[in-house]
Amino acid sequence: MAASKPSVHASPKPKLKKPLRGPVELYIATRKGAFVLRSDSERKAWNLKGPWKLGQIIQHMVLDPRDKKTLLMAARPGHLGPSLFRSTDKGKTWHEAKRPPAFPKAKAGENGRVVQHTFWLQPGHKSEPGVWYAGTSPPALFKSNDGGDTWKGVKGFNEHPEYDKWCPSGPNTPPDGSTLHSIQIDPADPKHLIFGISATGILESTNGGRTWAHLNNGCEMDFYPGVPPEYGHDPHCFAMHPMDSTRLWQQNHCGIYRMDRSPAQVDTWQRVGRNMPKAVGDIGFPIVLHPRDPDTVWVFPMDGTDVWPRVSPGGKPAAFMTSNGGKTWKRQDKGFPAAQGWFTVKRQCMAQDSREEIGLYLGTTSGEVWASRNGGNSWKCIARHLPHIYSVEVGGVHQ
Amino acid sequence: MIVHIPSPLLSYTGHKTPVTVRGKTLLAALKSLDSEYAGFLFRVLDEQGGIREHVRFFVGTTPTVDLQSSLEGAAEIHIICALSGG
Repeated sequence: MAASKPSVHASPKPKLKKPLRGPVELYIATRKGAFVLRSDSERKAWNLKGPWKLGQIIQHMVLDPRDKKTLLMAARPGHLGPSLFRSTDKGKTWHEAKRPPAFPKAKAGENGRVVQHTFWLQPGHKSEPGVWYAGTSPPALFKSNDGGDTWKGVKGFNEHPEYDKWCPSGPNTPPDGSTLHSIQIDPADPKHLIFGISATGILESTNGGRTWAHLNNGCEMDFYPGVPPEYGHDPHCFAMHPMDSTRLWQQNHCGIYRMDRSPAQVDTWQRVGRNMPKAVGDIGFPIVLHPRDPDTVWVFPMDGTDVWPRVSPGGKPAAFMTSNGGKTWKRQDKGFPAAQGWFTVKRQCMAQDSREEIGLYLGTTSGEVWASRNGGNSWKCIARHLPHIYSVEVGGVHQ
Repeated sequence: MIVHIPSPLLSYTGHKTPVTVRGKTLLAALKSLDSEYAGFLFRVLDEQGGIREHVRFFVGTTPTVDLQSSLEGAAEIHIICALSGG
């Protein structure tokens, strides 16, 4: 069952929300536990706290922007099964979810799926307090209606008749398992959901997850011998603009893309990464949107040539920003090492705040956190010697 | 019947080890543990009832992957968490 083309919401001219103020908190998930970096009001001084759940692999940690105190953490110690921890007091105390994301018990004689880890946590729509979504590996979508304490699979996707075609299991899946990530909820419609799956592509539902349609038209597949199929794509990170849900962005395995949706056009991704400097390319993991300007995004390119080193091209780390929808890109490397800087920044490891001058934050697999107080024009290392960073999320007083 | 709890699972038992359980089989003993210490079972068995990759059980001094292993005559269970990754 495929969803019909979604009704594209009237696209109001983005209203400039009042920029927020106050300290910023960064919720940092690492391979060895979770940490928090808290700034002063000017975002100049940072104080590191933690670790929480030392030694556990924390894939993602997210503060609920609706109540500003509930934290969810997707955890998995090396020995044991995956689980999910909740705090309703911003991390002072933690409790394990009563029923973490898990597949239904298979019928006798059938091979049932097993959640290897929860990869992505997403607070629900602002009109649905207590609703959360989770994406797992193997790819599946789970929903909680009670603030993350109990979870159920979204049958419309997890038990879709085409699931095994869309998300094949076995030896051809990505090295750490295919993941469901980048869950986005349309601010104008809580039933309009979009997410990405590595080695599958982007999927969209306009009815709360009952039916799904692929959204990959226009995406290139440099590695594929032939015309790119409907699915089998590899989105690394996907985002819907919070003020204009007809504007979509994606950092894909094969470039940077923008989509502008209208009823008169076939939904098609445009590879705006072609406008990046050739020597840098347009491969990377994260993509970060300006919260008030749909034309402005940031990416953090990596070397996707040869054997895919997945580090800063040439050992020269830099963010790239466009402020015109991807027509041109500006290199932003002030403060980063000028040479021998081999950063790897994973898809959940770059985030932005909502201040007048946007703050940008990124975490590296070598355990450094870098921050910019001026929309990427200059960068400063605000923490180092942390474990391998898996995600960086912004919370705090202002969010 | 007592169960020796490995360090990764001590947070569930309030750092108590060994703990006393009831049950005629290994699975019954694990379920007994879960009823006392909520969430314990899901950390050692997956949702399909399979033993987690890095978890092993000994009934007495005998390793077993059979959750229906009888506990008759055994005095203790060891749960072993194999080293997994750096």
